[in-house]
Amino acid sequence: MTIARRTEDEDMQVNNAERLSASGTREALIRRLRDCLPADCVIENSESQRPYECDALTIYRDLPLAVVLPQNVQQVEDVLRICHTLDVPVVARGAGTGLCAGAMPHPEGVLLALGKLDRILEIDPLARTARVEPGVSNLSISEAAARHGLYYAPDPSSQVACSIGGNVSENSGGVHCLKYGLTVHNILAMNILTVAGEALAIGSLGLDSPGYDLMALFTGSEGLLGIVTEVTVRLLPAPEIARVVMAGFDSIDAAGNAVGAVIAAGIIPAGLEMMDRLAVRAAEDFAHAGYPRDAAAILLCEMDGTREEVAEHVDRVVQLFRELGATSLTVSADEHQRALLWKGRKSAFPAVGRIAPDYYCMDGTIPRGQVAYVLNEIYRLSKQYGLPVANVFHAGDGNLHPLILFDASDPEQVRQAESFGADILDLSVRVGGCLTGEHGVGVEKLRKMPSQFSPHELIQFEDIKYAFDPALNLNPGKGIPILKRCQEYRALPDRHRHD
Amino acid sequence: MTERDVANNSDRSEDIIAALGEARTRHSALYITAGGSKREMVGRHCDAVELDVSAHRGIIDHQPGELVITARAGTPLTEVAAALGEHQQILPFEPPVFGGKATLGGTLACNLSGPARPWRGAIRDMVLGVQMINGRGERLNFGGRVMKNVAGYDVSRLQAGALGTLGVLTEISLKVLPRPQKTLTLRYALSAEQAVQTMNERAGEPKPLSGAFWVDGELYLRLSGAASAVDSTARQWGGEALDDDQAPWDQLREMTHPFFGGDTPLWRFSVQSSARPTAEFGAALIDWAGAQRWVRGEHPRAQLQRAALDAGGHVTLFRGGDRGGDVRPPLTPVERRLQQHLKKAFDPDAILNPGRLYSWL
Repeated sequence: MTIARRTEDEDMQVNNAERLSASGTREALIRRLRDCLPADCVIENSESQRPYECDALTIYRDLPLAVVLPQNVQQVEDVLRICHTLDVPVVARGAGTGLCAGAMPHPEGVLLALGKLDRILEIDPLARTARVEPGVSNLSISEAAARHGLYYAPDPSSQVACSIGGNVSENSGGVHCLKYGLTVHNILAMNILTVAGEALAIGSLGLDSPGYDLMALFTGSEGLLGIVTEVTVRLLPAPEIARVVMAGFDSIDAAGNAVGAVIAAGIIPAGLEMMDRLAVRAAEDFAHAGYPRDAAAILLCEMDGTREEVAEHVDRVVQLFRELGATSLTVSADEHQRALLWKGRKSAFPAVGRIAPDYYCMDGTIPRGQVAYVLNEIYRLSKQYGLPVANVFHAGDGNLHPLILFDASDPEQVRQAESFGADILDLSVRVGGCLTGEHGVGVEKLRKMPSQFSPHELIQFEDIKYAFDPALNLNPGKGIPILKRCQEYRALPDRHRHD
Repeated sequence: MTERDVANNSDRSEDIIAALGEARTRHSALYITAGGSKREMVGRHCDAVELDVSAHRGIIDHQPGELVITARAGTPLTEVAAALGEHQQILPFEPPVFGGKATLGGTLACNLSGPARPWRGAIRDMVLGVQMINGRGERLNFGGRVMKNVAGYDVSRLQAGALGTLGVLTEISLKVLPRPQKTLTLRYALSAEQAVQTMNERAGEPKPLSGAFWVDGELYLRLSGAASAVDSTARQWGGEALDDDQAPWDQLREMTHPFFGGDTPLWRFSVQSSARPTAEFGAALIDWAGAQRWVRGEHPRAQLQRAALDAGGHVTLFRGGDRGGDVRPPLTPVERRLQQHLKKAFDPDAILNPGRLYSWL
């Protein structure tokens, strides 16, 4: 399916380019972009565009009319005004670490790469905030804040590379969001440019703003409503101490019960992660973290806070895990051991990548109590499709990341992997969960949106989109489906159609 | 929940949909009410036919192990708190219950949160999903009952502070938290300026702070969490330790503290927590570690707004004064246009609470 689609896209791109070329729009676009950007900041030729053809979900690729790399906010505004005038789509891109093809270029559009806007503008240690440009990497905010004893809490696995602008667009989470929340809980204010290039300041340095909460609406909106040019994030005091408890269990059910038991005991761990046997073995071979290779699943439960609180909670969690049949237990004795125990978890994706040519990472979120049931169903599907699956995920949040192993060079396996993935998403929705916990919809899950939302709900999303972007030029064809029935009363640009 | 509460619980969403249909046919607007506790505060006066949704109430689901509760919007907060209390859980955002009249829906619509807000988040931060009926009379579900959900726009959180102008809220799912093991309050005699500095410094330490407010020359810091952590922090920080019944947190949350008494206009500043306090508008009450500040009296609006902008935030006429005029600060033309478009996307016929948020919305 994916491979066939790729060919169609290529054909489409040629046709579109020809059409635009015939009307002179493409030339006009490039000429105007070159007027306001330095020569090396406009990339036209397809070879140089290759690094931008996809995000980290590499099965979806395309090339734009042009890649632009603005160096300041004025240039971003210029690009938006030009595209608005010429009615050209704009796709924003941060570091390209996204996992839903949200940053895949549009063949008739401009790819707006914001990586050069990478300055930390200000850190206010007393107010505990940092004002940063969108291309700043997630981790570098915490690094810059560290000398004040502060850090930025959301920590997606890609935090070394991923940008804060991308985090905002996807409402990124991470290992620690069970206790510290998602991006939406950790940002205060943003500067936005509308699709027409108008400046809009949303949020405030206080904790709320006077009209509709546009911070809530923009966070996780996948670049469909506006372009983020500056973000003010909240910083938290770095905890005095963090310790991690690793426990092995001889069944998925026992591990699943233990997750619920921690929460029921009134403890909110900083992180509560689960890995199943295939993931544990791959990670152990890769990182030598000391994981029990014979366990059906392991839990990593991190407690942070004051020394007294952490000591108390570690004791209770160890006791709980023991009562619930843990077959092995390790408590980090120092920072070195804590880092090692996390190293296995953090390298689990690449480790799994070593045992199969390709993997497909899913992202459904389910009620915590359903973790064991859903994992057992996923194993059943794995047998049915004949594709192995490894699970590495945020158990405390019920946010699953099944990794389906397949070989992308075999079209049949690609089809099977996509179908298996779709079944997992249906399963998540059926048990009361959702299609995506933190990766976003992008191109990947667009077709699955009707399984979670009714037609009225989808039309409501569409009406929100029109409120900000009436010509549908911001990241068209992603995030929310534009329904056929709406096309009856709206002249919908071709570019936004999808079946 | 008492037996009477259970008997009262019912699903009246079909009645609400019917009322909306009728209003659209007649081209008449509706003013959504339930407990009526915030009628004279937060928003502007709204001149429209009342739609009383208080009968649409009842807890639908509480899964203590999931830290999630789902209830109909007309459910009194006291009923929600009682159900959570049976499992040693709390509403993290500590909302005012206003004598038991406040409902879950009204609290979300007004985005009202208590002293713990800077640390545990607002109701806006805890909402996981809503069911609502938009201005077209369509029943819509957004978000869900799970901790993370990024499918589609975050319409649930958008309802926080929208004052019912985008839809009638019918069901709300919230994240809840375990009740802290121990709570303790410390009191210090300080000037406003010293207090703001201290609040911000303390909030920058990795300690179990859960409240910080100043009034009448006294700073109150509240610690909540594991008993061992609370006790050791109290020893390190010093100050006068207060028993729970001496600590004014309930008065602060319920606005029954003498500062809030009387009819003089009450202004709410939402500003950068570290902003230097000003005596320009008389004595203030400073909450949320400096991020929420209250002043009383008749003051020129432009002067208040300038002070709020200087402090990185905004000011609203929270209660009293002229509630026929706008009670919130003016927006830029771009902001105003987008807010109007958003309103239209949910309520194209302007049926729901017209003018409650802004005179032009």
